[in-house]
Amino acid sequence: MASTIVTFELGDREVEVMVRPMTTLQTVLRYQLGQTAVKEGCRQGGCGSCTVLVDGEPVMSCLLPVEEVAGRRVDTLETAMPTDGSDPLQQAFIEQGAFQCGYCTPGMLMVSRALLDHDPHPSRETIIDTLAGNVCRCTGYAPITAAVQAAARAGKDGQPR
Amino acid sequence: MSPTHHVVGRSVARADGIGHVTGRTVFTTDRAFPGLLHLKVVRSPVHHARIRGVDLSEAERVPGFVRALTHADVPHNVYTILGLIGVEPEEEFVLAVDRVRYKGEPIVAIVAESEQAANDAVARVKLDLEELPAVFDVEEALKPGAPIVTHWGNNTFMYEGHPCRRVRFGDVEAAFARADHIVEGVYDTKPIEQAPTETTAAIAVPEANGRYTVYTNTQALYFSLDNTSIILQVPGNQLHFIGGTVGGGFGGKVDVIVEPLATLAAMKTNRPVRYAFSRSEEMQVSSTRSAWRIYVKDGVMADGRLIARKVTSYADSGAYSRQTPYALTKHAANAAGPYAIPNVSIDAYCVFTNRQPTSAMRGFGITMASFALEVQMDKIAEVVGLDPWSVRFINAYHNGDMKPHRKLVEDATLIETMQAAARLVGHELPEAFQAMTSDPRPDGGA
Repeated sequence: MASTIVTFELGDREVEVMVRPMTTLQTVLRYQLGQTAVKEGCRQGGCGSCTVLVDGEPVMSCLLPVEEVAGRRVDTLETAMPTDGSDPLQQAFIEQGAFQCGYCTPGMLMVSRALLDHDPHPSRETIIDTLAGNVCRCTGYAPITAAVQAAARAGKDGQPR
Repeated sequence: MSPTHHVVGRSVARADGIGHVTGRTVFTTDRAFPGLLHLKVVRSPVHHARIRGVDLSEAERVPGFVRALTHADVPHNVYTILGLIGVEPEEEFVLAVDRVRYKGEPIVAIVAESEQAANDAVARVKLDLEELPAVFDVEEALKPGAPIVTHWGNNTFMYEGHPCRRVRFGDVEAAFARADHIVEGVYDTKPIEQAPTETTAAIAVPEANGRYTVYTNTQALYFSLDNTSIILQVPGNQLHFIGGTVGGGFGGKVDVIVEPLATLAAMKTNRPVRYAFSRSEEMQVSSTRSAWRIYVKDGVMADGRLIARKVTSYADSGAYSRQTPYALTKHAANAAGPYAIPNVSIDAYCVFTNRQPTSAMRGFGITMASFALEVQMDKIAEVVGLDPWSVRFINAYHNGDMKPHRKLVEDATLIETMQAAARLVGHELPEAFQAMTSDPRPDGGA
């Protein structure tokens, strides 16, 4: 089958890519658009390290054919959060020591961002439920959970809500 | 004047924190290079076989196929990762020659324009294999008539001419004869895959000055550099290894696996080459923690004193050495536990089987001994009618004691650690144990 052209929004900018059928969103983001915060721990939907937001919803980009996002908005860590790490959620991850090797961190941040956007004051149980699809093999789940709680307390602009 | 501390006693933000929370940390496969080729490996589908033939003709017709590498392309095809610290003989093949010894052993490497093309070509390589009997259990592997895995005629690593690492201290048999109780146990542990979230990967890039830059997520940059230099028979100064950013390792990235082939492929094609494990390769082919079987026999007096301990251990090295012979040496030095026992005998075997090779993982050689010995201590407590704390305080080693492998104890902390643990769990220790320290005994040793 011939390649097709797919157009979607990557953050605030429109992008156009030429892809073979069944190319995943992960492959396009990493290897055509340079969004290397999209990690590839398993490429089979098992680790969550490739999580991005499609129209604000967290999605494992390794399982999604890129045609599915035509006309939709895609956010990676690079487009969703500042490159100086000043977002309260990023700051909370740093302050709580919510990473060791850092490989799961982008995926953790993306699911946490989506959660806080929908539910600014989630319970600890809800946070744990939300993070359940993301593997941290350094087993730092407690500080990650604490970081999301701290970010919720701080609010989106760093102010208590 | 007391010194001013800037770091001690404070929480310090990690230097790599901003990189991790912004996605700006550059992991190995985040790097892009124009003209990057992809390397994938044809692996043995069976546990043990003679290789009668390899047919590449269909693979070569896959669009995007660039070239294949076989054992004939590897300048020094046989190696042992720890060869540089005296672990010998060299015994693992970069690419198999005439035999495969485990399911997943590399036979041919395929280099292609895309990962998809490399995978397609790998799937089209035809292997003609004569399957051989295989062995998967450490004790089965030591029985007469077992399939022989190694090239030296038996299935154990040889330690200065002996089939096991041995420790002899005092006289265990005489002590068993006068002990009030004999407590025995056998402990089996399974292999464990380190399963780092980022899979093992390297990218080798030919430079204009004739050198090769090799980006790798190894945990052991200089093992990788040195072994690659030996395997490819090029001076170390032709290889520029860049590492340091590792997406989880836990011992799983200490072996030298992807760098030599990626670099060889870069040399042969004069293009950048990436060799990254898939998740299934990471789980099924990369080395795991060894499976262990540990037999313990203890001689104990009615008051809880351990007077003799005999340990016979078997670690399953899988088909090749990797770091396991070294693990057995560490194990033998620690297999009596952190206790003062006057009579100890240890035989620790590094056994070869047709399972995937095993290697480093967090405390390897020691962790499994601790599991066996601490379960054993609880059993002893039951037999002599003491609580589990008491048998450990009574037998704890002190500074100045001699360990069975003739090293003086200089850094004992067992007593203080147990005291702290008791405080944390709210367990009130008898005064005698609260007052104990790891300081040298007044009589100068056990």
